[in-house]
Amino acid sequence: MFLINCPWCGERDEEEFAYGGEAHIVRPKDPDALNDEEWADYLFMRKNTKGNYLERWNHAHGCRRWFNMQRNTATHEFGAVYKIGEKPPK
Amino acid sequence: MSTSRNRLAEGGRIERTKTLAFTFNGRRYTGFEGDTLASALLANGVKALARSFKYHRPRGLYSAGVEEPNAVVQLENGARTRPNLQATEIELYDGLSAKSVNCWPSVEFDIGAINSLAARLLPAGFYYKTFMWPKSFWMTYEKVIRNAAGLGTAPKLPDPDTYDKMHEHADVLVVGGGPSGLAAALAAGRSGARVILADQEGELGGRMLSENETIDGKPAMQWVEDATRELTAMDDVRILTRTTAFGYYDQNYLGLLERRHINVARPLPHSSERLWRVRARQVVLATGAIERPLVFANNDRPGVMLAGALRSYVTRYGVSPGKKTVIFTNNDDAYRSALALDDAGISVAAVVDLRNDPDGPLVDAVRARDISVFDGWAITAVIGKMAVKAVEISELSADSENVSGPAKRIDCDVVGSSGGWNPVVHLHSQSGGKARFDETIQSFVPGPSVQKEQSAGACAGTFSLKDCLKSGHDVGKAAAKLAGFTPSRHKQPVADTVFEAPLQALWIVPSSNLDNRAKGFGAKHFVDIHSDVSVADIELAAREGYHSVEHVKRYTALGMGPDQGKTGNIPGMAVLGQALGQPIAEVGTTTFRPPFTPVTYGALAGRDIGEFSDPARKTAMHHWHEAAGALFEDVGQWKRPWYYPKPGETMQDALNRECLAARNAIGILDASTLGKIDIQGPDAAEFINRIYTNAWIKLGVGKCRYGLMLGEDAMVMDDGVTARLGDNHFHMTTTTGNAARVLGWLEEWLQTEWPELQVYCNSVTEYWSTMTICGPRAGDLMAEFTTDIDLDKEAFPFMSFREGTVGGIPARVFRISFTGELSYEINVPANMGLALWTALMNAGEKYGITPYGTETMHILRAEKGYIIVGQETDGTMTPLDLGMDWIVSKKKDFIGRRSLSRADCVREGRKQLVGLLTTNPAEVLPEGAQLVADLKPAPPMDMIGHVTSSYYSATLGRSIALAVVKDGRNRMGETIHAPMEDKTMDCEIVDPVFFDKEGSRIDG
Repeated sequence: MFLINCPWCGERDEEEFAYGGEAHIVRPKDPDALNDEEWADYLFMRKNTKGNYLERWNHAHGCRRWFNMQRNTATHEFGAVYKIGEKPPK
Repeated sequence: MSTSRNRLAEGGRIERTKTLAFTFNGRRYTGFEGDTLASALLANGVKALARSFKYHRPRGLYSAGVEEPNAVVQLENGARTRPNLQATEIELYDGLSAKSVNCWPSVEFDIGAINSLAARLLPAGFYYKTFMWPKSFWMTYEKVIRNAAGLGTAPKLPDPDTYDKMHEHADVLVVGGGPSGLAAALAAGRSGARVILADQEGELGGRMLSENETIDGKPAMQWVEDATRELTAMDDVRILTRTTAFGYYDQNYLGLLERRHINVARPLPHSSERLWRVRARQVVLATGAIERPLVFANNDRPGVMLAGALRSYVTRYGVSPGKKTVIFTNNDDAYRSALALDDAGISVAAVVDLRNDPDGPLVDAVRARDISVFDGWAITAVIGKMAVKAVEISELSADSENVSGPAKRIDCDVVGSSGGWNPVVHLHSQSGGKARFDETIQSFVPGPSVQKEQSAGACAGTFSLKDCLKSGHDVGKAAAKLAGFTPSRHKQPVADTVFEAPLQALWIVPSSNLDNRAKGFGAKHFVDIHSDVSVADIELAAREGYHSVEHVKRYTALGMGPDQGKTGNIPGMAVLGQALGQPIAEVGTTTFRPPFTPVTYGALAGRDIGEFSDPARKTAMHHWHEAAGALFEDVGQWKRPWYYPKPGETMQDALNRECLAARNAIGILDASTLGKIDIQGPDAAEFINRIYTNAWIKLGVGKCRYGLMLGEDAMVMDDGVTARLGDNHFHMTTTTGNAARVLGWLEEWLQTEWPELQVYCNSVTEYWSTMTICGPRAGDLMAEFTTDIDLDKEAFPFMSFREGTVGGIPARVFRISFTGELSYEINVPANMGLALWTALMNAGEKYGITPYGTETMHILRAEKGYIIVGQETDGTMTPLDLGMDWIVSKKKDFIGRRSLSRADCVREGRKQLVGLLTTNPAEVLPEGAQLVADLKPAPPMDMIGHVTSSYYSATLGRSIALAVVKDGRNRMGETIHAPMEDKTMDCEIVDPVFFDKEGSRIDG
């Protein structure tokens, strides 16, 4: 079980968190400008990277805050934890 | 004791004054406190303990530890029975009762042994090859196989014991209480670190329990006791015995299973097992090593054991494994067993050493005692079926691949075999580390650490006691330092240096009566003695194209079963490597997965069972419903009244009565479980406008509106009524089961997509008790209860709300309806709910007020064609599919809007909500029934939809149903069919609104 460093609460067990999938998926400003394929790309397509992945987590049974986290999906090494709206680490 | 014929006159860590009686396979025996079931059986001369998995060959005790492949037993009977335990791991207690799991009808006479004669019919992969056809026969095959394979019996009664869990943090967790682990725990503990030391045995000491060694100038067990005393005195050190670290998970999270019982048959005043969930800053693995057997012909006969186990039984348990022993080895360590047996007065007929000219102090000591050492020889046959009677030994050719001379017979009843030792790298591997093959010890050792763990002592491939102590001490200090502590200056414990010459690998020992390359060679050279996998099986798998060790494992069952190949895996990989012409390092290991040893489901579940498995949520009126005889339905975690049967009523009788009361008098429903979310902030209206499909900005204060919520994929997610309490204040309701999900959904959009909106959401579900009174007389009753709310239809119209008092209680009253009748949904503070409910029931009696439950609610709303999210919808229904275009705004954006125009959402042939009326009005369609347009005599038929809701409607005097049907709205008036096993029901597709289509009843 992961030990996740909530940027608001500190380290907590994974069971307090809910997973939110890939981070930094931008909701199109003008959905009507997109054709079906482009819209489906926003809606359904995710990278599913093996390796470093930027993803969203929600401290669902804690402060209920959403945040971003970098996780290596192969080794489960954690990188930066940062707030929604902040830029991912280089 | 006279019955214990193999008990030595002295020695062993047993309490000879405490005799324990036990039964095994129905026979009575005695042993001593300190025995395991295995040592007690050995002391009683019980040789054959089990039948093997596949060939049902007789099998005896093989080891003295967790690696035991043969002595697998079912402990006790009834509710507390435990299957598949290793006799070597069961501490003996008075009254113990156990039986072999794998010997029907008996160990001595086994019907399954006929398999042994038919061994050629049971090669590798025989399950896959034999039981493939016809498919329907698998059920029969499976029964026979399960019985014959005898994998123990799960208890059939509820477990009467309790189990609990502890969550613990440690600076340093040390796994293993042998010399390395103790040295590590001492070094870490002395630094002031919080240390947990866990050992699977009842007593610390590890291998020292079975040896006669010296540490710091004193007997090793004296040193162990001193170390234990020092550790016990430290405030921040916790010692857990009978505790197995079975799993190593992410971020140094380990699962430990503590067995708090010895006598599993006796009730305990506390939990019987405890699951420790430990998060450690640093982990020291000191899990030791397991001896590796040599692979020779008939090496599975009862009496063939691991050489190290022989001296465990002598030294630790005071038991003689037999009368005359032959040791078969490729290393120096097994000579210790010869010496220990000789010290105890047990005849050692010979040491047979694969190596030429072995040399060193241990070898010299054996030679000095006139024990014959046959070097460059091997055991090439084992004679005896139910027990070893003799062995044949032969000199080996220079390449060790064949025998080079005539066989020589040595009578004996025990063979101790040693092919070296395998470090227990299981936890290191589970932590993500990749074990590396070490040529010197011919086994796998830990690779670079991935998590914050280090291995010490034998599990790191360091076997001498002196080096183990140093390794434990150094690693313990290093771990403490990494955890932020300053190690003390204590010296490391020391032991004497004993030189040991390297071992010599020979993975397949030749046989005296078969050519090494002859057909059939290796069929009785057992590699995995538990799963009955022989050299021939692995070679066959390799020939048939199974080259990956993971595939060979699944094809042959190598390394499966309760022992998980703790003795068989490495020889198996070596044999596979030879067959493929690859070095073992390239063959690699199979994946080590938790658990290291079996873990009971009870321990994993802990206290989270029965009423604790999931919280039950009850409304303020719950006890009233119980007293009224309600039956309850689970909706999410809520207990909701389902219906209220009166004495003598059937369910349908009760539903008919409840429905008619709501239509003709007054019905009352406890609606407290509806999700309620309080939404406030200057942007609240804008936010709700984006969430729901319809328009919200202009909703007046005091008004309510029904809203439909979609996912971004345009599929209906939730619905409910939301009221505007003030310019910046809304009260949203959600379906009972979806409340938490909807709140999470709102938060997700606010936090991640629209952080610029100033909106705050709060769950207020439990703040309010909600009851709905509905029916033509509801207004009369309401009028008796309020003076400050104008109930006039114009002043308080449908779809609006008022604040005031009801029965003197501050209340929010909503004029909304899920039945089509005049309805008041009254919300009062939760703790006033029961008072108001009771008052309404008393005053309503004269109007015939009738409480109704969820079932009647479902019927009443289905009569009106109202959907229930999760019943009419399943995550694939759009508002258009439901015929709810009227609620979808064309003028604004909302979540899911763009997806409504995706090609898939506008295509022909989508399933649409319709009503169904059965041709026979008395027939009620089963919910979930599949619908077809073209009825055929037998499947397959094209299914065009399914029934989502179906009831008998007392109001209409006939059955009604809702369904989703492909192009349903274009099929109005068509007759379709619901074919079932025994009959077919015909029905007509109709409008989903069955009752009061014009909505004339809403004002009473």
